[in-house]
Amino acid sequence: MHAQIRRVGTGLVLAFVALFLQLNYVQIFAAERISENPANRLQLIREYSIKRGDILTVDGKTIARSFPTKGLYKYRREYPEGELYGHITGWYSVRYGLDRLERTYHDQLLGESGGLSMQDIEDEFLGAGEQGDDVRTTISSRLQEVARDALGSERGSIIALDPNTGEVRALWSNPSFDPTPLASFDAKEAKKYWTSLNPSSPTSPLVNAATTKGYPPGSTFKVVTTAAALQSGAYKPDTQFPDPQALEPCEGSRERGEACLPLTTEDLTNYTKLPCATGTIDLFDALRVSCDTTFAMIGLDIPGEVFSMAEAVGFNEPIPFDVRTEASQFPDIPDEQAPLRAYAGIGQGDVNATALQMALVAATVARDGVVPQPHLVREVLDARSGRPVRTFDPADLGRAMSEDVAEAVTQMMVAAVENGTGGAAQIPGVSVAGKTGTSQTVQGQNPHTWFIAFAPAADPQLAIAVIVENGGAFGSEATGGAVAAPIAKTVLEADRALREW
Amino acid sequence: MQASLQRNRELSLLILGLIVGGGALALVVAANNAKNIGLATPLITVLAAIYVAAHLVMRRVARNADGMLLPLAAILNGLGLAAVYRLSPEKYGAAQLTWTLVGVACFAGTMLLVRDVQVLGRFKYLLGFTGVALLLLPMVPGIGREISGAQLWVQLGSFRFQPGELSKIFLVVFFAAYLADRKELLSMATRRILGMHVPDLKHFGPLLVMWGLSLAVMFYAKDLGSSLLFFSVFLVMIYLATARIVYVAAGGALFAAGAYIGYRTFGHVRERVLVWLDVFNPDYVQDEGYQLAQSLFALAAGGLFGTGLGQGRPDLIPAAHTDFIFSVLGQELGLLGAAAVLLCFLLLVGRGLKIALAQSNDFAQLLAAGLTVVLGIQTIIILGGVTRLLPLTGITLPFMSYGGSSLISNFILIALLARISHQGASERPAAHTAEILIGGR
Repeated sequence: MHAQIRRVGTGLVLAFVALFLQLNYVQIFAAERISENPANRLQLIREYSIKRGDILTVDGKTIARSFPTKGLYKYRREYPEGELYGHITGWYSVRYGLDRLERTYHDQLLGESGGLSMQDIEDEFLGAGEQGDDVRTTISSRLQEVARDALGSERGSIIALDPNTGEVRALWSNPSFDPTPLASFDAKEAKKYWTSLNPSSPTSPLVNAATTKGYPPGSTFKVVTTAAALQSGAYKPDTQFPDPQALEPCEGSRERGEACLPLTTEDLTNYTKLPCATGTIDLFDALRVSCDTTFAMIGLDIPGEVFSMAEAVGFNEPIPFDVRTEASQFPDIPDEQAPLRAYAGIGQGDVNATALQMALVAATVARDGVVPQPHLVREVLDARSGRPVRTFDPADLGRAMSEDVAEAVTQMMVAAVENGTGGAAQIPGVSVAGKTGTSQTVQGQNPHTWFIAFAPAADPQLAIAVIVENGGAFGSEATGGAVAAPIAKTVLEADRALREW
Repeated sequence: MQASLQRNRELSLLILGLIVGGGALALVVAANNAKNIGLATPLITVLAAIYVAAHLVMRRVARNADGMLLPLAAILNGLGLAAVYRLSPEKYGAAQLTWTLVGVACFAGTMLLVRDVQVLGRFKYLLGFTGVALLLLPMVPGIGREISGAQLWVQLGSFRFQPGELSKIFLVVFFAAYLADRKELLSMATRRILGMHVPDLKHFGPLLVMWGLSLAVMFYAKDLGSSLLFFSVFLVMIYLATARIVYVAAGGALFAAGAYIGYRTFGHVRERVLVWLDVFNPDYVQDEGYQLAQSLFALAAGGLFGTGLGQGRPDLIPAAHTDFIFSVLGQELGLLGAAAVLLCFLLLVGRGLKIALAQSNDFAQLLAAGLTVVLGIQTIIILGGVTRLLPLTGITLPFMSYGGSSLISNFILIALLARISHQGASERPAAHTAEILIGGR
């Protein structure tokens, strides 16, 4: 029987070897892959055992915080201001992951960025529990509230930033959402709210419209076209243009030298369906009164320069920012589609811009031609000592236009507010530079209304973009001047009072 | 001289084992309540006292018994106790210490009562009948209890136990005695098929009976682990006795056929297989595959060195204290700790087979090998299950899982092994003396 016992022994040893190999596989070789499985709660439990840092406004209001709970997870996230900062903080949810600042500053909020500090070692010894760092944003709680109230129930976005530093002081999109229910440990409650937000729809409140939703910028884009024209050297503010009520197709009998629209049978008609002036119009007045035919002509004349200027101010690339951005679009139009260049010159056709992009256009002019790098976080603070562990200094994305061009465009934008389409944005005692936009969308739908501005013109403190979708309360009669400009004015005035400029 | 050598080895290894087990206990008590680490003292004292008492019994009644069995059981039991205490000090920790006491008492009781294993052979049919009855007892309406999907409990009043754990010992004794009697008959080959010596068909009768029994356990008690354990142990033992691989081949084919029928007709069998094949499938990772997935997450989190005792989250594994106790240790002691546990089981199996090899009597040899194989296969079935090497079939891990039935039966099992080793070691010097007295053969 000895031989059999030995064979059985060999078999058992082999089985134990197989067990040992399988253990190696599970605990070492495949350990990472296994641990990353979404059904694994160990990772989450570890994360939720850390007191995640707060997210604060620049004026010290807490907009996201963690409080201790009983149960599997030690801390729960809540957002005391509800919807107001949904698009800024994003959410931190067991079920729906994390987004926006919660995502971008996840490591800092968990206190896992950088190395082990003396504070960490001290905490370890005192058994104080792990504590993440606080994130202090650049948002002013007062200005954010003003922006929300100014937009009211209209669908749209407002973004306001300091052009000197790139610090975003207000970022509001309506509709918004309350991140607190998403952070609930009650899976049913979280799911119910998430489903009610219709998350897969492009119009879901979860969409951060201000940074990801592109609209035709319409006449606000004329600021870019103007800058391209001046920068090219081919045009001056007093360059005279013909002033037809419409650009007509080049087919048929035309006088020599008369501007026309090639390769098409459609007119490009002024918004007013009238000539903009009497006889001719210069570039300065064209921007002031937002004359479509003038900028259509520039679009046809210097398409390369307009394209370059659009890219210089940030089009065609996602703008680097603390939350996700979508690239605004300015197409490089080939010769055979030349008429589209005319439409591109007035911000129509295939041109698409986010509110963030258009705010950046205003901020670039305000900052003498340099594109500021927008940012949403001022510093990361050690939660116990309150000392900054990391600060974010102002930076820029390069120069888009010369100081002279920026200065000339500023003058034209000031005229647009003082004596043009943007009259509703006038603030007594302050020189406001602005530009209206009323952009056509799908046939039969009311136009989107835009306003971009900065003030004071001489020493800009705040640059702003306002977009109200589909005309808001004005319906088909809506214009940027009537709908968006007063909203921009309210926010500018509020910031003026807050910061005393 | 030789006798005290084994006992002295036992004592020194026991001290080593108790340091491991006691240290683990101290660590989990500290992790549970850092302010009152003194709580560990009574636990460790009781544990040490239990094993030292068992050692003293061995010194009196089985001086020549193998000196490694008890220390190995003590290490495994100590680590298991620490893991159970770590999961639930109040609910299971204290109870498990009590069961350890009862288990070691049964060990000592077996040592005292069974002075000669040959006596057991005389009661083979009674024991065999008892074993089968115990195995089928949970299926009797009224006293059988189904707990977490398997009907392997018997409830009498407030007292609840798993008779299957005990029945394995009765059945192995019966198999050993039966096969020792019939080994010549059963191994008589009348023809060759596929290179295997094949005995007369009528000798396959016992195989069919065992097959039917194991299928009944699989299908009606839904106890896949026990079913697999009993049948495979029977096959190994018939092979040990007859050296006829054809029994294993035929038995394996029969079992596979049975399991296939089970897969097609019984949800609980199919479920286990599906989970085994694709545990992280989102369709059942939160339901049928949940327990196994948590076990794998726990093991993966442990890595090489583990999280440290009391520092992991093994409580996320449902029923971690019974079938999944190994995953608890795998997470907190890492691959190193898990491999050490494996090694202890392997050593235990090695000692058991060594004892079997040393026997000159067929019954004792088959009994020692059979008991060892039960222990080894049970360990492989459950460890294979919790690491996803094999489909998961709920069964306890000897000496480590929470539960009285399991502890008691495994302590009786090593008591029988110790008794056999004592008898084997005592026979030879005795014969030697006789030779001198009578003047040779």
